[in-house]
Formats: sequence, structure tokens, C-alpha cells
Amino acid sequence: MIQVNNLSKTYNGTTVLKIDSLEIKKGESFGLVGNNGAGKTTFFSLLLDLIQPSTGNIINHGVQVNSSEAWKPFTASFLDESFLIGYLTPEEYFYFIGDLRGQNKADVDVLLAKHEEFFNGEILKNKKYLRDLSKGNQKKVGIIATLIGSPEVVILDEPFANLDPTTQFRLKKIIKDLADDPNVTVLVSSHDLQHTVEVSDRIVAMHKGNVVKDIQTSPETLQELEQFFAV
Amino acid sequence: MISKFLFLEWKSFTRSASFASNLALKIVIGFFAAYFILIFLGIGVGAFYILKKMKLDPVVAVNQFLFYYVIMDLIIRLMLQKIPVLNIRPLLIFPINKSTIVHFSLGKTILSFFNIIHAFFLIPFSIVLLIEGYDPASVVFWFLAVYSLFYCNNFINILLSNKDNLFAIFLGSAAILGGLHYYGIFDITAYVAPFFNALFNTYWAFLIPVVALVVLYYVTFQYFKKNLYLDAGLSSKHDEAKTEELTWLNQFGAIGTFLKNDIKLIKRNKRSKTTVGMSIMFLFYGLLFFTNGIPMYNNPTMHIFAGIFVSGGFLITFGQFVPSWDSSYYQLMMTQNIPYKGYLSSKWWLMVIATIVTTVIASFYLYFGVQVYLTIIVGAIYNIGVNSHLVLLGGAYTKTPIDLSSGKGAFGDKKAFNVKTMLISIPQLGLPVLLYWLGSKYGSPTIGLALVAALGVIGFAFKEKAFSLIEKTYKSEKYATIAAYKQKG
Repeated sequence: MIQVNNLSKTYNGTTVLKIDSLEIKKGESFGLVGNNGAGKTTFFSLLLDLIQPSTGNIINHGVQVNSSEAWKPFTASFLDESFLIGYLTPEEYFYFIGDLRGQNKADVDVLLAKHEEFFNGEILKNKKYLRDLSKGNQKKVGIIATLIGSPEVVILDEPFANLDPTTQFRLKKIIKDLADDPNVTVLVSSHDLQHTVEVSDRIVAMHKGNVVKDIQTSPETLQELEQFFAV
Repeated sequence: MISKFLFLEWKSFTRSASFASNLALKIVIGFFAAYFILIFLGIGVGAFYILKKMKLDPVVAVNQFLFYYVIMDLIIRLMLQKIPVLNIRPLLIFPINKSTIVHFSLGKTILSFFNIIHAFFLIPFSIVLLIEGYDPASVVFWFLAVYSLFYCNNFINILLSNKDNLFAIFLGSAAILGGLHYYGIFDITAYVAPFFNALFNTYWAFLIPVVALVVLYYVTFQYFKKNLYLDAGLSSKHDEAKTEELTWLNQFGAIGTFLKNDIKLIKRNKRSKTTVGMSIMFLFYGLLFFTNGIPMYNNPTMHIFAGIFVSGGFLITFGQFVPSWDSSYYQLMMTQNIPYKGYLSSKWWLMVIATIVTTVIASFYLYFGVQVYLTIIVGAIYNIGVNSHLVLLGGAYTKTPIDLSSGKGAFGDKKAFNVKTMLISIPQLGLPVLLYWLGSKYGSPTIGLALVAALGVIGFAFKEKAFSLIEKTYKSEKYATIAAYKQKG
């Protein structure tokens, strides 16, 4: 369970994020939507203790993230390409993350074999360093790397951006499978309302740093969201 | 159109990261520039009279060594002068002639520091020649010819700029030629001096370098114009990747994981490879001190200074930028289940291993006597015991993101100048020199060495303490470091 208490982030007097209270249940598939500057990435950065909150805190499975590091073993995330190590090959990167998460080479290989279809033959054994892969292929590597070591919380920022249509379908399947596991909480942010509605059972819309909508996904959700954003 | 380009250039200059760096650094850079200009000016004015005093014909003497001057210039350019390409990509799709783009990019290099600096020598020297009553036409033609040669170097450098290691070949040949000359075996200047003399004595000869320059410009221009495509001249080179497992490092456990990564980091990035090259240069730096190359340096107190540099080249050039080496993926590191201790230990071991290896290689200094090599060993002990901790601590305050792919900046990153880092680096060199001086003044040089070594051993004994302090510092600097690394270039 993730609990947000009186959280706010202020830069030079401008409040970019303000969430008084938000509770994300264990096993929930949580979708975060909003326009540019709505505070999605800021929220994720706070959740990962990459920036400090101005007020309040976030508690991830009983661990207050900005005072203890005990959340790290069960939380995996991919925000952007700065999570990749450019001079490694994809294989080396996966094994490196595996080492950090206590997975040996064989464990990682099993996981990679499972996602071979997602890689579409463009990632493994390609004699390319991560820095030389296209944006979409880099993203594939980053997303799969979050699955190493069966984390309980998976955080993906804009996972659908830059992916080709086929891969988007495959990614939706991966996220849905994750969401079906009652032990895994998935947090996904996106600009794409339809994708988010499809993979999430709960959707929160943000606007200028505030939570403006918090809905359980139903057949009408997409319409409701479209109406809200069509200004 | 040119005015628009100039506008872009001006903006990129005034808004570049290095321009915006702090005032202290600007003063230092300005000071260095002024220093070089003064030296060149001094040589330009003084050369004539000094050579005259040595009973040499100044023009002949200068011509004799112009060959080396021109070759050294080329080597320095190959090493340091980057082709200042206009940011070409965004311009390709606009209604601008390709020729205009190329002319402007090439024209820009004409104003490079590497070209201007020679004026500070050549102009005063030529003026002195005129004052001393040499034939004005000869002097002017000679001046044009020699300056054309430097501009030829400018364009040769541009044409050759994508070839790695070329400067090493040039440097090697120049060193061999210089050595043969010095020992009187073969004097290349005897063969090339007549050419340079002809530039002065024969009116039309100056046309040779001038025509060469025009041809070179034309060739460079054509070359660039032909390659003005995204998949040709403007593409970035992709290396063929090979997955390496380095399984022998597994026995080191958590540290092994990071060591593997660090080894790959050093092997696969231009910037870090330059660092290794620099540390090899440091290895030979001691020669300046232990031979009588520079008499001023050849005294015991300077020797300990050299000892620290010889064994600690890698420690100083690499360690200084921990954790900046990992700046491009620092956010990843901060969200993974990583103990700071393992991360830092891995860097520490890397520096220690490198220091030991360098010290072993440095055994050729035994040629200068046991005392000299002992000094180097003591320097190594101090490096391992004290400096390794200090550079790691200093690293916590060095919040300069490193662009791994670029090779420049290894001669001291411009933005890495930081008062806190500087304060930490004072004991790196000052303390051992002071201790040694005290020891040798009130006892003997051996006591001085013993004192420095003892300090190194004490530092080593307090490793755990030092590490927990370093760890704490890294933790408290975490957010500031992440924020700093996010801002690129």
C-alpha cells in the first residue's frame, strides 16, 4: 500500500504539486493522466526519493521513502532514458540490474526468454550498446528491466510513448498480467487516455499539481476523461 | 545569411555552460590566456636579439627550427583543437545553400585560438626584422608564407580529425626526429631549412604555401559538402558492441558487480580512455624531476611531490570525478537497492589496484637510484592511505555531469572548479610535502619519507571511519547531486 500525506513540492514559491491525501492499495493498477506540467513526473520522482518534498511524505509499504531506503528492494521503476547505462549492451544491463536485485544470470535469462516477443528480435544479441539503440528500443529495455526480481511496486512513466503500435499492444498485455497479480502494485502515467483506461483499474487525473479526478475504471471512464480534457 | 549565423554563434557562445561558469574560473582562464600571449610576445620580440647575441643569423636560425614548430603545432591541434562545427543539423532543411553552410563552418575555424596565437610571435618578430633593416618585401612574403603553413595545419587537422591516435603517430615521429637530431645522427632540419630559407630569400617561393593553403581549403570544402548528410559526415559513429561477462570478478561479491561496470565504463568511453592516457603521462612526469631536465625541480622536497604524481596519476584523474562518471544514470543508481558502501568500495579498489600497478611499472625509476624509487613507493602508500579517501570525499561536492562520449575536458573540467573540492585537495599534495620537508630538515630524508609513509598507514587504518564519513556526505548531497546531473552540458 502506498499512502500519500499532505504532500507538496514548491519551487521558488510556485507550487507544482499538492496532494493532501491519496491511498493506493496493494495490488491496484493505478493510472495517472494529465497534461504537460500536471505533476505526474514530479509525483513519481517524490515517490522514488529523487527529489525532496516541501511538505508531507509518502509511505510505501510501511516505509517513509524520504527517511529510509528500505523501499528500494521491492520497488522497481523506469522514468526515462537516464535510467539506462549507455555503454552497456542490453544483456549486460539486465544482468547488472539482476545482480543488484539478487537474481543470478539464469533467473534473468528466464525472464528475458519470456519477453522475447516484446523485444521483437531488436534487443538481444544485436551487438549494440544501449546508447546506440533507438528511443523505442531503449524503452523496451528499461521496461523489462523493471520486472527483474519480481518487485511488488512497479512505476512506469509514459511507458507507451515512442513505442510502435505492435509493441504498445504487447506492453498492455504485460501490464495487465502484472496487474492481475494481487501482490503487485502497478503505477503508470500517460498522455494517452485510451491506453491508460485499458490497463488500469483506477485512474487519477491531475491538473496543475492537484488531483482533479479519482475514478474506478468502468466502461464510461474513457468518455468521462475525454470530456474532461476536451477544453 | 552570414549575419544570421553570426547571431547564432554569439548566442551559443554567451549561453554555453563554460561561459556561465563562475567568476573565479573566468579569471583563471583569462590569466592563462594572458600568460601564453605574453610568452609568445616575449619570444617574438626577444628572439631576434637573443639569437643575434648567440652569434647566429636570426632568420636562418628561426627557419631551421620552423619545421619543428609547424609539426608541434599540428600535433597540438590534433590533440586539442576540435572542429567547431556550426550546429548544422537544424539548418539542413531550411532554404540555405549547402555551400554557405560549409564556407561558414570552415571560415569560423580561421578565428580559432590555435591560429591567432601564432600572430603574437610572428608579428613582433617580423616587425623587429623590419626595424633591423631587412628587405621589407622578403619579410612580408615570409610572414605570409609561414602563416599560410599554420593555416594549412588548421585544415589538415579538420580533414584528419576523425582519425583516432593519429597525433600519437605524429608525436612519435617528431620525437624520433628530434632525438636523432639531438644526438647528431640525422638532422632533418638540414633538409627542410633550405625550403624555409627560400621562403625568405626568393620572392616567388612564398606562393608555394599560399597555393597549398588554397588547395587544402578547396579539398576540405568539397569533402564537407559531399558529406553533408545525416548518414554520412553528420552521423555519429557506432561501435560494435560485445557482451562481456567478466565472471572472474564474481568472487568479489557486491563489489564485483560494480567493478565489472567500472571496467566497462573505462574501456568503452572516450572520456574515460583519455583519463587512462593522462595517468600514463603522469607516470613519466617524474622524469622532469629526477633527471636534471629542470634543475629547479631536482630537489628532495619536489621529489616527494613527484612521487605522489607518478603513482597516483589514475587516482587523481579518475577519482576526482567519482561519482560524476555515473552522472548520466545517477537516478537509476539512486532507485536501485544499492549500498553506498559497495559502490564506493568498488571505486576505491579500482584506484588502489591502479596505484599498485603504476607503482610496479614505475620500477624503471630505479635507474635513478633506490632513494628515488623509495620516494615513489612512499607516494603510493600515501595515495592509498590518504588520497584515495580524499578524492572520494571531494567527489561528493563535484557536481559536474560528465558527458562520457566527449573526449575533451580531461585536462580539468571547466565547471568542476569548486571551492570545496579545492580545499579538500590541498592536503592531497601540501601535507606530504610539508611533512617530508620537516622530516628532512630536522632529521634526514629517510625520516621525512617515513613520516609520509606513516601518515599513509594511519589513513589506511582509519578506512572504515573515513568510509562512513564519506557515505554520510554522499547521502546528504544526494538531492543536490541528482538535480545537478539533470542539467546537461
